[in-house]
Amino acid sequence: MATRVGVVLFPGTNCEHDAVRALGRLGADAELVWHGSTSVGGYDALVLPGGFAHGDYLRPGAIARFSPVMGAVAEYAAGGGPVVGICNGFQVLTEAGLLPGALQKNRGLRFVCTTVRIRVERSDTALTDGVAVGTELSVPINHFEGNYTCDAATLDRLRDEGRVVLRYVGNPNGSVDDIAGVCNEGRNVVGLMPHPERASDPLLGSEDGSVLLEALLRTAATAAPAA
Amino acid sequence: MASDRQFSVQVEVLLRDGIADPQGATIERALPALGLDGVSGVRAGKSFRFEVTAADDDDALARATVVADRLLANPVIEESVVTVRPLGTAG
Repeated sequence: MATRVGVVLFPGTNCEHDAVRALGRLGADAELVWHGSTSVGGYDALVLPGGFAHGDYLRPGAIARFSPVMGAVAEYAAGGGPVVGICNGFQVLTEAGLLPGALQKNRGLRFVCTTVRIRVERSDTALTDGVAVGTELSVPINHFEGNYTCDAATLDRLRDEGRVVLRYVGNPNGSVDDIAGVCNEGRNVVGLMPHPERASDPLLGSEDGSVLLEALLRTAATAAPAA
Repeated sequence: MASDRQFSVQVEVLLRDGIADPQGATIERALPALGLDGVSGVRAGKSFRFEVTAADDDDALARATVVADRLLANPVIEESVVTVRPLGTAG
């Protein structure tokens, strides 16, 4: 049976179809989950895709955190279910407290839309399961608030506990310690600013993102179903 | 409750010290075009106003602070200042 992935759609999300298509291309059965849903049961993994949830009003992710679906997402994550937040989805997960830190405005005031190199730092998270440490991938970024920040104690913890999942090779936005992606303590919740779904087909110029999405599907296939 | 009163609330949200404020810095760099000297330390933030119904000043401040801390500001990067002013008796 194909791995079932729920792709959460908030009002203002705009990368949901890219995510569904990229996951489908890898053999997954991906479908949209409306943010008003209060259940995410039956999925083997969840993706919070990019965009501008609730218009990014107040702060990116600040209102999305209160969408009805987020209670179910938090429960799913607490049960060990794999959850990946891409770009705006990463911002939502930090605002919801499912990941530490915050995404502040890019250093240098620029909206950055380009392809960057990222390095895989861990092989034991929902998004990098089995991917060799040191693997470098070309993946697009597309954001204004992608500058990852956290207090010094949190940064120490992230490093000590091996929770920096991805780092930029050449920092595009000012993120502390070149951080492009982090995970929670359980390593089942991962957030990243780069868009793997936009590097998932030769037509898009890179298939490197598929390395990460395949890892997610591997995790999803083996993770205990979360209710 | 008949004894509840209306309060006007203002919440000012600013980036914490040490968090880059590119908007404030950019505004500051535009100041010389005005021909003024001696204006510095520009910080850009947000201001919110709303009303709360509460038993007294302390209650109003407590309610407004919940709004500020849990929604209006992200404590990782921002700090907020809450000001409460009585409007009169409600209901």
